Formats: sequence, C-alpha cells, structure tokens
Amino acid sequence: MARAVSKRSSVGTTKAPAGKTRESKTALGTKLDPKMLQHFYREMLLIRRFEERAGQMYGMGLIGGFCHLYIGQEAVVVGMQSALDERDSVITGYRDHGHMLACGMESRGVMAELTGRRGGYSRGKGGSMHMFSREKRFFGGHGIVGGQVSLGGGLAFASKYRGDGGVALAYFGDGASNQGQVAETMNMAALWKLPLIFVIENNKYGMGTAVNRSSAGEGLFKRGEAYGIPGEKVDGMNVLTVAEKAKEIVAYAREKGPYVLEMETYRYRGHSMSDPAKYRSRDEVSKMREERDPIETLRELIIKRKIASADDLKAIDADVRAIVADAAEFAQESPEPDPSELYTDILIEA
Amino acid sequence: MPTEILMPALSPTMTEGKLAKWLVKEGDDVRAGDLIAEIETDKATMEVEAVDEGTVGKIFIAEGTEGVSVNSVIAVLVGEGEVVSSSSHAKQTKKANPPAEEISGAVQSKVIVSEPDGAEMNAEEASAYSSTVSMTVREALRDAMAEEMRSNSNVFLMGEEVAEYQGAYKVSQGLLEEFGARRVIDTPITEHGFAGIGVGAAMDGLRPIVEFMTFNFAMQAIDQIINSAAKTLYMSGGQMGCPIVFRGPNGAAARVAAQHSQCYASWYAHCPGLIVVAPYSAGDAKGLLKSAIRNPNPVIFLENEILYGQTFEVPTADDFTVPIGKAKVLRPGKDITITAFSLMCRDALAAAEILAAEGIDAEVIDLRTIRPLDTDAIVKSVKKTNRLVSVEEGWPYAGIGAELAATMMDKAFDWLDAPVKRVSGKDVPMPYAANLEKLALPQVEDIVSAAKSICYR
Ligand SMILES: Cc1ncc(C[n+]2csc(CCOP(=O)(O)OP(=O)(O)O)c2C)c(N)n1
Ligand SMILES: [Mg+2]
Repeated sequence: MARAVSKRSSVGTTKAPAGKTRESKTALGTKLDPKMLQHFYREMLLIRRFEERAGQMYGMGLIGGFCHLYIGQEAVVVGMQSALDERDSVITGYRDHGHMLACGMESRGVMAELTGRRGGYSRGKGGSMHMFSREKRFFGGHGIVGGQVSLGGGLAFASKYRGDGGVALAYFGDGASNQGQVAETMNMAALWKLPLIFVIENNKYGMGTAVNRSSAGEGLFKRGEAYGIPGEKVDGMNVLTVAEKAKEIVAYAREKGPYVLEMETYRYRGHSMSDPAKYRSRDEVSKMREERDPIETLRELIIKRKIASADDLKAIDADVRAIVADAAEFAQESPEPDPSELYTDILIEA
Repeated sequence: MPTEILMPALSPTMTEGKLAKWLVKEGDDVRAGDLIAEIETDKATMEVEAVDEGTVGKIFIAEGTEGVSVNSVIAVLVGEGEVVSSSSHAKQTKKANPPAEEISGAVQSKVIVSEPDGAEMNAEEASAYSSTVSMTVREALRDAMAEEMRSNSNVFLMGEEVAEYQGAYKVSQGLLEEFGARRVIDTPITEHGFAGIGVGAAMDGLRPIVEFMTFNFAMQAIDQIINSAAKTLYMSGGQMGCPIVFRGPNGAAARVAAQHSQCYASWYAHCPGLIVVAPYSAGDAKGLLKSAIRNPNPVIFLENEILYGQTFEVPTADDFTVPIGKAKVLRPGKDITITAFSLMCRDALAAAEILAAEGIDAEVIDLRTIRPLDTDAIVKSVKKTNRLVSVEEGWPYAGIGAELAATMMDKAFDWLDAPVKRVSGKDVPMPYAANLEKLALPQVEDIVSAAKSICYR
C-alpha cells in the first residue's frame, strides 16, 4: 500500500526540474569540455591514489583508529563538487578524505591529520573522521551516522537566513538514510524551503548490511516524497552523469529548495580497515571494478574521443603520484602535537 | 630495491596476529591488489592485498605462525633480476613508528592471568572458581547470552550487525545460527528507534538484550533509555516494569577520537531507575550478564573493546551468576584502597604491584556494579586502610570518583587519614594524536603517584 501511495505522490510534487522523482540517463550525449574531463580524471585519480596510500600507511601502523576509504566512489564527490561555487557548503560523515580533496583541501594537511600530526587540518586532534576547513566551507568530518544531515540543514538554514545564495550539500550513506534525524531534517527543509541537497551515497552496504536488509521501500531517492521533496537516482559511477545532474540540481536548490539525489555507487574496500567483508563475494567486487570503475570509464572515453592521449594521462598519473608521495612524506615528518595542545580548543575565551 | 612486505595492522587494537595462510609462493609475480595472504586477528580472518608489484623473493614467516607482531617483515618482493640475500632480511621485526607503539602500550598484556590469588568474594561465588576454564571476555559474554536464551524463550538480542555479521566486535558469534532470525535480529542504524522498540517490548513482558555497537551511539537513544526505560515503573505506580539489558563496548578504544571514545559510567549512574554494571574479568562478564538478563529492571551493561580479547578463568558451573551490587576485592592490602572498574582494574593491579615494591600494600577493589554501588565493601576497606584512590577512565567532573569522595565524607569521614584522591581521564574530549591520547587517559604511573601522594611518600 505504501508503495502505491508513494508512486502516485511522486508525480508532480514540488516543481522539480523534471517534475517528479525519476532515474536519470547517462551523460554521454552532452558536449564534452576537454579541460573539464582531464580535471575530473585528475581529481578522481588523486583521491584513488591518496586512499591507496592511506591504506598502506594504516597497515604500517602510521595511521591509527578507524580509516574509511572512499575507493570506488570517487565520481560522486568529484562530479557534485564541480557544480559548486564559493558560497556553497559541504558536510559529510567519516568516509571523508575524498570530499576534502575534492573541496580543494591540501593533501598534505589531510594526510598529516591521518597520522595525527601538527601539520594536519585539526592539528592532529581529529584524525581520519574529523577534519574541517572554514576557508573551503567544508564542515566535516562527522563520526555519528546521520548526524551530519541535520547539521547540513543548519548550513542551508544559515545561507538562506543571510540570503547569500549558498547551497548546502549533505552527503550521507544508504545506512545513514534510515536515521530519524534525516527524516526530521527533510521535513524542516521542505517546510522552510532550505537550499539543501541530500546526497545519498548508496554504496549498497552499511558496514555488513546490504541496503535491502536495512531500508524498506524501493528507492532511497523517494525518501523525501512524504514531504514533497523531489528526488532521483543517479549513476554515481559516471562522473559526467553526476556532474551534469549536479549542475541542474544545485541551480534548482538555490532557487527552490531541497532535493534528494541517490547516487548509485560502490565501495571496493571493506567498511573500514578491519572489515573482512565476508558479506559479499569477491566476484561482486571485481565485476564492479572491471565493468564500472569510474576512473577507467572516464579514461576510456578520453582516449576514444581523442580528448587526450595515453601519454597525457600518464603525465597526470605521474603528477598525482608525486602529490601523494609528498603528502605521505610530509605526514610522517610533521611532528606530533605539542603536549600543551591537550588543553587547548575546549572553549573560546570570552 | 627489494620491497619489504610487513605484517599489516588490520584493526585499531591489533598488535599481533596469526599468519594463517600464504596465497602466493616464492617466485610468484604479484600486482598491486592481488591477494597474497590470510591473516587472523582475534576478531576476524582478513585477506591481505599486495600494495606494490614484483616477484615474491622470499617468505620469512611460514604460514600457521601465531603471534606475528604488526610491522614485522613477512616477505619481500623483488624487481626483475634482483635477488634477496636472506641474511639481510632475517631480522624479523622492523621498529614500529612511535605512535603505534604507544597505542599498543594500551593493549600490552595479551593474556591477563585469571584472578590474582587472594581475590575476595562471597563464599558461593568463590567456590564456583574451584572448577574453571580459560575463556576470553568476548566468549564469556556470548555464552552468557546463549545460556539465558536457551532457558528463557522471551530473551532475544537485537542491534546493528549482531546477526549475519556475527557482531561488529564478534560478541554475538554463532547466536544467529543457534537461535535463528526471530531471536537474533539485525536492525538498521536507528538507535533511537530500536531502543524504543526494545523498551516497548520489555514493558509488554519480553526480555530484550539491546546491543549498541558502542555506547557512543547510545547517545542517539538516551532519551528512550532514561525517559522511558528508567522512569516508567515509577510513573506507572509500579505497574510497568522494564526488564531490558542495554549492552555494548564503552570507553576509549584506540585512536578513534572524541566521538568514539568516552566512558558513560557516570552518565547512567546518575539516573534513578537504572542499574549500571561494568565488569572487568571474563568470569564477572559472564556472571553479571546472566544476572542482568534475569533482572526485572533496565540494566546498562558497559563492556570494553580492549578487554574483549583478554583471557581469564571462568567457572564451569552451569548456572554460575554474579550478584549485581557487589564489589570484589581483587587484591587485599592494608595501606591504601584503590577502586576501579572495567579496564582500569588492569591498571590498578599494575599500580599495586609497583607500590608493593615500594613498600605500600594496596588493596584493589573492582566495583563491578556502579549503581547500586557496594558502599559497604568500600567503607569496610577504607576503615582498614584509611585512604582511598578512585580510578576511572571517564571525565573527573561529577564522575564516579566525585561520588565516591562524597560517599566517604558521609560514611567514613572519621576513618580517613588523607583526602580521597581521584585518578580519571583528563577534562578534555579525546584527542586523536597518539601522544595526546596517551596523556588524556589515566596511566599506571598516575595511579602510583596519586597513591603515594596520600600516603605522604
Ligand atoms: C549513530 C551511529 N551508529 C552506528 C555507528 C557505527 N557505524 C559507523 S559507519 C556505519 C555504517 C554506515 O553505513 P552507510 O551510511 O551506508 O555509509 P558507508 O559506510 O557505506 O559510507 C556504522 C553502523 C555510528 N558511527 N554512529
Ligand atoms: Mg553505505
């Protein structure tokens, strides 16, 4: 019954670009800006190599605690961020390294935070899950599943309050989409027409639980329907599709209010470093990697359309490797925080 | 240059593991991403991928080897035409980086040997220890749940990843298989909702065990725990009991930063209508969890991730239980009383050893239950030693130590020869950096110096 109702209400809810929740098509039809494509390639590769290195450094004991890698999901954040400008704000959970790099934060500072050193974005006090940049309007880096979504609502509220035209992007997982505060935030965002995009990164699993075992109803993109928030499902493994959609929806949110984007994506690695990932088959992972890898897909397109040569891409590759190597070195050489830092930053002196 | 393959750290608390299986042999070519070995930690078997490419030049650690420490060289990859001189790689361990070593300091002793001799318990409990078996805290908790589920069909377990994944920390291993999906229930990540569902079911006569993946996430649910579970009996004039256990790891793990490392003992202990238990040994974990499940009230059962893998002697007797509300003397002494609970008992015992070497005979008491507190046992000890140090991992402000200090003012003022001293976590959110984290947590030396300061030594 719930299903039937939701289908009907999905037609002509808020005046969304297409007027309803729907699935979008791939973007291969659009005209391709060579510079943009190389930029996407570079950004995604930077995240990939950065994360591989982080995984390696975790294994060496240089990074402690949890370390949630973003490998496989690169197209989502790179595509989304391409539509933002300096008014806009971004917030996410603990799987945040890629978001920070895509927001333009320095790989040195991110890596040094992973190693818990002075040169890190939180001066070593936050670690993998907790980094921030006021300058880049990146508001973290949060460890409590779902918590960032209502905070994202607050960012949208602030932009609307000030009238600065900013849009807020709240990224969260398929697992997080079930948290009560997500529904609460959707209600208020719709009531108050907040410029907020709910970006659900559906990577098929929340820890060891497949999305169909945690989430009732069909389609997380429909989660806003009860509040009149339009939504749609996007191929999150294709950076061009994501970028095109992002452009459209960011413009929509700026003018009209909240929107839900469900990104179909996949994480290649375990949930965190200590997850043996026995809940899915190796075949499932390698099939994804071989057939839908966002970086490989873009690489093939670039070569096929002769947008750049294999050598050009190799040069990007080398560049990226150098950046990551430099970040890793910096992160190991940066000293641990001064012991006096233990008692700083608890309250601001008034 | 040959590339060394090091034993990887596969979890925040891992210091060593078993090299279960090699998936490559000497002479094989590997590419980055290829599976090369299977490694067993106390939590799981993990597959390890190569991060570099090359030919497996030499394997240094044979499969089946246990206790291989993190960062030791397990094999070496060579490039084309390179050879390995086995002597240059024969050294088995490479020095871990300083931060990681400090962390492993937090989990140093792998096996905690049973109860120290002379632990004082009531006669019944003590006699149970005449026949024991070695078991980890993790296994003891699982067995306690399994036994209670066998004997009472109203007992069920729910929480995130408790069923198919066998528990995020593998505490519920095997329970789904034995009891089925009706009684071992995976929930979505919706703590507030499933805590409420548990409380409602308990009000109607079921006996839920609600697992929080860690107590940090129970803050999402704390409204249902306090406003519904703790208060409804009172508000209903005694009609609506709520026999429920909320359990999961509490306190700091290792390097997981402020939102994932916090001790909630004093938070819940503050609330009338709740029982709060925090065991240290596997025997107490088992005996107290069984008592908690049988108890007609809401019980907050605080476990500790670092203790899960520790081994203790556990009584074999069928219906061995430990009474709620009773402390245990872990080490008798006459000069000073040190109270602790959960993981801090380990440090209190270590401090007592150091103090003994300096001529101070400390009595160590494991509080075991935080609410109701076994005031009689503590007062009895203080009347003998005339001095008290309270140890806890949580924050000092309005903490368990503050409560103990006030209780001593009330009940043992005339016997005190020195002010009650508190050792606690520092009054700051938990930092991530290894050096700061160590500073934030109470250390054995802190207990030793607190004890000496009130012995005026
Ligand atoms: C409130 C809360 N409950 C549980 C956890 C433990 N936890 C961390 S990540 C996670 C899974 C989240 O899955 P999803 O939202 O799909 O994001 P993904 O990890 O796939 O990116 C869980 C259960 C937590 N951090 N916070
Ligand atoms: Mg997910």
